[in-house]
Amino acid sequence: MSAIETILVAMLAGCLRVSTPFLFVSLGECLTEKSGRINLGNEGALVLGAMVAYAVSYQTGNPWLGVLGGAAAGGALGLLHGGLCTLARVNDVAMGIAIMLAGTGMAFFFGKPYVQPSAPQLPSIPLGFWSDVPRIRSALNVSPLFFLGIAAAFGLYYIFRGTRMGLRIRIVGDSADAARALGLPIERIRLFATGAGSALAGIGGAFLSLSYPGSWNEGLSSGQGLMAVALVVFARWNPLACIGAALLFGAAGALGPSLQTVGITWGYYLFYAAPYVATLVMLIVTVAPGRALAGMPGELSIGR
Amino acid sequence: MSSSHLITRRTLLAGAAGTAAMAGLAPRAAHAAGVTIGFIYVGPKDDYGYNQAHAEGAAAIKSMPGITVVEEERVPETDDVEKTMESMIQLDGASLLFPTSFGYFDPYMLRMARKYPKIQFRHCGGLWKADKDPMNAGSYFGYIGMGQYLNGIVAGHMTKSKKVAFVAAKPIPQVLININSFALGARSVDPSITTRVIFTGDWSMAVKEAEATNSLVDQGADVITCHVDSPKVVVQTAEHRGIYTCGYHANQAPLAPKGYLTGAEWHWATVYKMFATKALAGEPLPNFVRGGLAQDFIKMSPYGPAVTPAARANADAVKAEIMKGGYAVFKGPLKDNTGKQVIPAGTAYPETAIQLESMNYLVEGVVGAIA
Repeated sequence: MSAIETILVAMLAGCLRVSTPFLFVSLGECLTEKSGRINLGNEGALVLGAMVAYAVSYQTGNPWLGVLGGAAAGGALGLLHGGLCTLARVNDVAMGIAIMLAGTGMAFFFGKPYVQPSAPQLPSIPLGFWSDVPRIRSALNVSPLFFLGIAAAFGLYYIFRGTRMGLRIRIVGDSADAARALGLPIERIRLFATGAGSALAGIGGAFLSLSYPGSWNEGLSSGQGLMAVALVVFARWNPLACIGAALLFGAAGALGPSLQTVGITWGYYLFYAAPYVATLVMLIVTVAPGRALAGMPGELSIGR
Repeated sequence: MSSSHLITRRTLLAGAAGTAAMAGLAPRAAHAAGVTIGFIYVGPKDDYGYNQAHAEGAAAIKSMPGITVVEEERVPETDDVEKTMESMIQLDGASLLFPTSFGYFDPYMLRMARKYPKIQFRHCGGLWKADKDPMNAGSYFGYIGMGQYLNGIVAGHMTKSKKVAFVAAKPIPQVLININSFALGARSVDPSITTRVIFTGDWSMAVKEAEATNSLVDQGADVITCHVDSPKVVVQTAEHRGIYTCGYHANQAPLAPKGYLTGAEWHWATVYKMFATKALAGEPLPNFVRGGLAQDFIKMSPYGPAVTPAARANADAVKAEIMKGGYAVFKGPLKDNTGKQVIPAGTAYPETAIQLESMNYLVEGVVGAIA
């Protein structure tokens, strides 16, 4: 296999392996922001979800219960954020940072006894059965959570476009005045959108600890939850675009290690920055005067 | 809380040629109040790796009468470590500090050592120099490269693809010694073996370590080892992909029951017991402490079930040679992987050679670059 093929296979594998947590956190953030609230605490929900999922999987022996536990832990953190943000004069950006620190802190504190043991992992789907090449087979060992994430993206897209619930979330997010005129319970809708969004982030965390890299330790996330918040801007608050953004990030993240294996060994710090450079480039390319923040929910503001 | 009055005494021992500098300020307990020792870790102390190895060493001296151990984990290699040292000195009354992570040494620990001349600082891995660094500072380290050399020998016997691999954090001398020793060990079995190295850029990057391991396996590597803070992810990923692993820092055999071959482990209890005993007795603490397999600073994991009798025999024979002392893994003529001669013919650097601690090359047979 030539060097180019190697890199392409590695990037494909990276897409499928690394993108899932980005996908879940960005979908969760997308849902929350559509209701008019920012939740920077999703990094905390990701880490806490990873820890709880690992712990539950270890204690019960069932990784799927772990995924549920991760979602529940993330959701609880989201409801806390949502609840606190309903209080008067609470800034959701500042609160989100507090929630992020609280979530990671709790995960590190309660996660101590689970650093050592090995928890049962989620099975993966061997889509590469048709190939004889081991690296293709390995690259196409895809976690079911990846497909769950894709399904969730389409589900969210449908909810926003085609359901009464989605319309209500969008109204609350676009204009609180209009929502008030319609008699919608603004704070309650935002509370549940925040809780559900963080539950999705918690599932992303469960992927980290139960699928890939499949281990709990304190350096597990290294800021992926925060990058996913940026991905939502990049994806223009569109759940389907979140899929593309997450895949692109996964592929860009696989570039650094794979280039080193084929002998391109200079400047690996530069290649590790590829995902962030990609974000910058795409933002610059897609931003034009007048449509800079097209798709941004009207109520979303950092000044509130 | 002042636990002891410190009577300072400057003892300069002109050491015999070749011996390590042994000068220092000795804390002396005037009221037999015992010694408080502070340990600072960069990561969690149960990480299956670097920090766990140090924490096990710290745990070994906790039960010594007169010794109080204070610990702090997850201290970044920034100004934060100065604050931690400051609070250990001011609030806990620590008179001996062990900041264990590489990045703590310069400038943070050196700055604190100048600020608190009566407190003793000993750093793991730093290159302390008698002529420019404070005399109340110092460093200790183990020649774990020898363990990686033995790893390499076992790997050289076990590889079928003739490609072995190394996941490394940063291209600093201690890491380069390990990579080169592993590569030379494998090449001592079969000179056609290549070692592929990937640098992840930092000490603890779970996703990158997993990606690096997968990339290396995809490239055909069938034995892998690493030098990152927690080898857990690398070892688990390799086991999952069905290849062999050699451990590092601590024993990771439980994580890879099938593929674990052997591993290079620290045994810090030896070092910390020595420092604690001297500190209690009020003796001067050595500034520059080094030791290897023979001094029980490092040890090898027991062989895994897959290791062949030939591999065991070869590794055991070399280990016996190393235990005698003076064994040189790095000896001329030795070229780096760009073809430049780095050690001339007739020169040999045994594990004790100070030149090795400023290594800045990858030897022939390593695929990778340090910049």
